Amino acid sequence: MNRRQIVDLYFLEARSKLIDLAAFLDRAERAGGEDDFRMHALRAAFTQLLREPGEKSRAESVLLLLSDPTVEPLAQAPGKGATGAWPGNP
Amino acid sequence: MRYIEPHAHMVSRTTDDYERLALAGCCAVCEPAFWAGFDRSSPAGFYDYFCQLTEHEPQRAAKFGLQHYCWLCINPKESEDVKLAEEVIALIPQFIKRPNVLGIGEIGLNKNSRNELKILEAHVDLAARLGQLVLVHTPHLEDKLKGTRLILDVLRNEPRIRPERVIIDHVEEHTVGMVLDAGFWAGMTLYPETKCTPARAVDILETYGRERLWLNSACDWGVSDPLAVPKAARELKRRGHPETQVDEIVFGNPKKFLSQSPNFKLP
Repeated sequence: MNRRQIVDLYFLEARSKLIDLAAFLDRAERAGGEDDFRMHALRAAFTQLLREPGEKSRAESVLLLLSDPTVEPLAQAPGKGATGAWPGNP
Repeated sequence: MRYIEPHAHMVSRTTDDYERLALAGCCAVCEPAFWAGFDRSSPAGFYDYFCQLTEHEPQRAAKFGLQHYCWLCINPKESEDVKLAEEVIALIPQFIKRPNVLGIGEIGLNKNSRNELKILEAHVDLAARLGQLVLVHTPHLEDKLKGTRLILDVLRNEPRIRPERVIIDHVEEHTVGMVLDAGFWAGMTLYPETKCTPARAVDILETYGRERLWLNSACDWGVSDPLAVPKAARELKRRGHPETQVDEIVFGNPKKFLSQSPNFKLP
């Protein structure tokens, strides 16, 4: 498929997800309260969306930004669940 | 369209889903041992679960014309309790020769702890000793990158394990490359929110090629879709991929990997 065909196929879906994302940010701000490491992580990930093509895909770069980059195993598992972003990121 | 569902937790699904799978063209469903959503209290709980996987589920699937296969292990979420885990691993040999058992899985990591690693290594040793295929779960969300690296280190350090006999599941864009580069198979799990989408899975296939990749739904007791694989097949067709390639990805590839087990026999 060429770019026009890809855009024809996926634009409306991408548009919908973008609006959902914008509405989520509005909703979080409207709710007030302290900021959250997950929101920091999202904001850092946004920078990948508009960058020029590079060695890594944007999807890969976003996932890396949301990931735990450490290499040592944990002494003990702190529960079972995951949150979607790593709290250790600045 | 014919396809194989290589990763579905059918013990948590009703017969409505078996019917849907059969109607969608599924000919075989493969079920790794997993976390039930709560911690089992004793090895006896796992004994009963292994009986369910090797006796009851194949009968349930057969009523809908589906073959049912399974994998055995103690899952990573219950591996923090090393004593329990070792007792469960000791149960596996008495089930391994049952006719629908494909190998050891889904082993792996959850929060990337030392105890989880220890039990992963014990499973890998068992698989090596018994000559079994291995199916690996990579952790969720922010833990996936670190966990995949740790898992690859364990597997690469075990010379008795051949990479072509291991499938590392739930890969995403940031882990698929390292798994394929190491010679392992890579599975893409199609979840509504927390793993791959059909569109992204097709992107990965278009980027990395079709070799040593499969698609699965990993449908379970959580938010998941048992028809995710046929929906991904539809996505492939939408992108213009020919029927032969779709068949290769959703039928040929799983058949190729799973046929390495002498127990996997399609009619």
